[in-house]
Amino acid sequence: MQGMTIIVKTVVRIVTSFIVLYGIYIVLYGHLTPGGGFPGGVIVAAAYILIMLAYGKEVALRSFGDKSASLLDNLGAFGFLAIALLGLTGGYFFLNFINHGQPFRLVSAGTLPLSNIAIGVKVSACLYAVFIALAIFGRAVYRAMEEPGKEER
Amino acid sequence: MIVYLLTFILFVMGLYCLVAKKNVVKKVIGIVIMDYAVNLLLILVGYRRGGVAPILLKGMDRAKFTTQSVDPLPQALVLTSIVIGLGVLALMVALCIRLYEKYKTFDMSEIRRLRG
Amino acid sequence: MVLFVVLLVFMIIGSIIAIEARNLLSSVISVGTVGFALSIAFLLLGAPDIAITQIVVEVIALIILIRGTISLDNTAIEKHRDTFAMVSALVFFGIFLAFSYVALKDMPEFGKPLMKVSQGYLQRGLQRTGAANIVMSIVLDFRGYDTLGEATVLFTSILGAFVVLRKRGRKKKEERDRARVGIPGDL
Repeated sequence: MQGMTIIVKTVVRIVTSFIVLYGIYIVLYGHLTPGGGFPGGVIVAAAYILIMLAYGKEVALRSFGDKSASLLDNLGAFGFLAIALLGLTGGYFFLNFINHGQPFRLVSAGTLPLSNIAIGVKVSACLYAVFIALAIFGRAVYRAMEEPGKEER
Repeated sequence: MIVYLLTFILFVMGLYCLVAKKNVVKKVIGIVIMDYAVNLLLILVGYRRGGVAPILLKGMDRAKFTTQSVDPLPQALVLTSIVIGLGVLALMVALCIRLYEKYKTFDMSEIRRLRG
Repeated sequence: MVLFVVLLVFMIIGSIIAIEARNLLSSVISVGTVGFALSIAFLLLGAPDIAITQIVVEVIALIILIRGTISLDNTAIEKHRDTFAMVSALVFFGIFLAFSYVALKDMPEFGKPLMKVSQGYLQRGLQRTGAANIVMSIVLDFRGYDTLGEATVLFTSILGAFVVLRKRGRKKKEERDRARVGIPGDL
């Protein structure tokens, strides 16, 4: 799988950074405007999937492999859990322990932006990892179909 | 009322696809349609006629917002439900690929016969 | 109201095409149209968060579904149709719809939500959490346990996909163990 034509590659090279930027914007402004960790994470994952579809899996895996994807996945999940556990210092689980600050500002609402970032990292890494699984391990299936008799039973 | 009933019809169509179709991928599509129908029903229950989205803007009157906004609770629950649906879909497609690799067909009755 | 009825009828037609199409690829694309119509419906229902999430998730779901089906056998299965099972399924679904009609009479009328719990969230959301987006304040603060459970479910499903799809696995170690204990290889 060596990717698509040069037109697709050029367009992807220009567009991908904007997609990632939009995803990060959606994650960071989740507590003020529509959005949040889930859609932002899915948008970032879509940017990586776009790279993988356009350039082939070797190029995509060289910059961001499945090991680092699962590592980021775990980091996001544990970050969210850690934010929830830190609430125990003030009394109970999921306590919003940071000062709320001025409303309608980017730095406000206590732990909510941090939780949003953790969830965004988790969701994006998770979806990218499952696409890696479908692309790499699924490819072995197609290869086994093309040359029957060679697969181990 | 008619809107709820149409949502139920959509759900039943997904259920029919899940029960009566032989193809495994068609079964997956049935589950996806059922997912859509349930999410839509939850959001429809929380709709207020002429309501605004539950997001405060800067110069908005708080008391008026409380009486005008749509129900935010089903939206919060559906937000997680959609992403879970995507994860489950990925798992189901993985199972389909695995089944095809093992039995070289998507036909459910064929797979059952090969199993013995 | 009329707008939602039109959208729902469109979704039902799309799902009929998705269910009855011969080719799996066209069936998958019909499901995509249903999902995009659903995101428009969410937008009209005053839920922009859900609309954004739905439209992005739909794109990824389409990619995954096409990825799963495009290289494989994508013709529908036409032989040995079981008419009795189909007719009985349709009859039972008619009964289901009749009962749901009875049950729907007790639901709150469309456009007039109950909002017993949500009233408190709307009133105190900004003071308690400081977030302008009330949906996010519910997802991450008032009902954080839900989100934690969601993260766990997502993690588990991805783990399941990895385990199911892995080709080589830990087979060598397992065979070695079997040889050591004396169990024949093919059970």
